[in-house]
Amino acid sequence: MRPWFPLMTACLAVLSTGCRQDMYDQPRYEPQEASKFFTDGKSDRPILPSVVHRPDPKTEPRDELYDHYNLGIVDGEPAETFPFPIDRTVLDRGRQRYQIYCTPCHGERGDGQGMIVKRGFSPPPPFYGERPPTGKSPAATIYADLREAPVGHFFEVITKGHGAMYSYASRIGVRDRWSIIAYVRALQLSRYATESELPQQDRDQLSKVSR
Amino acid sequence: MPQIFHPSLNTLSRLSIFGGAFAALGLLAISYMLVGSPYQTQVGIIHDQPVQFSHEHHVGGLGIDCRYCHTSVEISAVSGVPPTYTCMSCHSQIWSESPMLQPVRDSLKNDTPIAWAKVHDLPDFVYFHHGIHIQKGIGCVSCHGRIDQMPLTFKDKPLTMEWCLECHRHPEKYIRPYEEIFNMEWKPPGGDQLTLGRKLIEDNHIPVDRLTNCSVCHR
Repeated sequence: MRPWFPLMTACLAVLSTGCRQDMYDQPRYEPQEASKFFTDGKSDRPILPSVVHRPDPKTEPRDELYDHYNLGIVDGEPAETFPFPIDRTVLDRGRQRYQIYCTPCHGERGDGQGMIVKRGFSPPPPFYGERPPTGKSPAATIYADLREAPVGHFFEVITKGHGAMYSYASRIGVRDRWSIIAYVRALQLSRYATESELPQQDRDQLSKVSR
Repeated sequence: MPQIFHPSLNTLSRLSIFGGAFAALGLLAISYMLVGSPYQTQVGIIHDQPVQFSHEHHVGGLGIDCRYCHTSVEISAVSGVPPTYTCMSCHSQIWSESPMLQPVRDSLKNDTPIAWAKVHDLPDFVYFHHGIHIQKGIGCVSCHGRIDQMPLTFKDKPLTMEWCLECHRHPEKYIRPYEEIFNMEWKPPGGDQLTLGRKLIEDNHIPVDRLTNCSVCHR
């Protein structure tokens, strides 16, 4: 036997002890991991059909505001008002969420000319002004100008989807949906704002630009 | 009595003693390099995926925000691989005939998940939380690299403990303002990362002395 042989064997033995993976892959599921136990192959289990939503007392109103907040419905009609006060914080959050989830199709300005529309997706109606005739989906012509649509209508569209638009209920939380609607209202307003309605600071800015 | 050992064995024995020592050191060096190499860390390795999804096209080309698909990344431990429904929000009309997207359409139609190969797989004894890193100011790009330039997704950083600790010891070198978390191209204003980083540590109440405690990542 060569003298280096036992040395090599010893080295290899020391090195190979680190190769067991038991602690790296522990017998539990990570989120979204595949499962051999459940027949559908998913370790994430679906919510059972009979489960009833129970309002979170910290964030969700109960009682008479429940339908208003969670469904956008007041007395069986689309809500005309927001279920909570809208302030600057809500608008900023609304703008941020709008830019994540809505701009791909509706565009930064809400004109319905987002990047995905430019790539061939059905153009959504602009949030303001007469909608261009599409002749495609008759369901989409409830409101000739979306400025007339009550906030509850937007809530229903985000929650359930509309025409080519899929539901965003699983992507945008309820409060964020209202924040986005508030921001859409701001977009609508901004397109028709007159100079006299602007704060002095903005008017100064504007006069510099127009000059 | 004849000689048992041939004189040449004098040389051989010296060689084997020195050679053995070098071989042992060499083996250790090789194994150390191997542990840090892409063979072990999977850095830059592209896995076979059921669909050839391109972050370069969706993020870099179309400008879709990370959170459009990875909806839970700001509040949850996991960023969340999107459900097929999210893909089909656009692909119901765009590339709706493409054979490349057949697995996506099948997935929605049959309500079966797409079995993506996990690219960033931490050991089960590491309890990483995406949400806290984002809330405290770590940008996506710090750990995931220029994902907006990856036609096929690969791991850009080794995600070894040594690598994690480098930032947990000196977060001021990496931390950024909340508005720039999802910006792939952000650079510190004036190139002065350290001043900004120290200020953000103050503002975000980051207990740097406790970031290297074992229980921060292990339980």
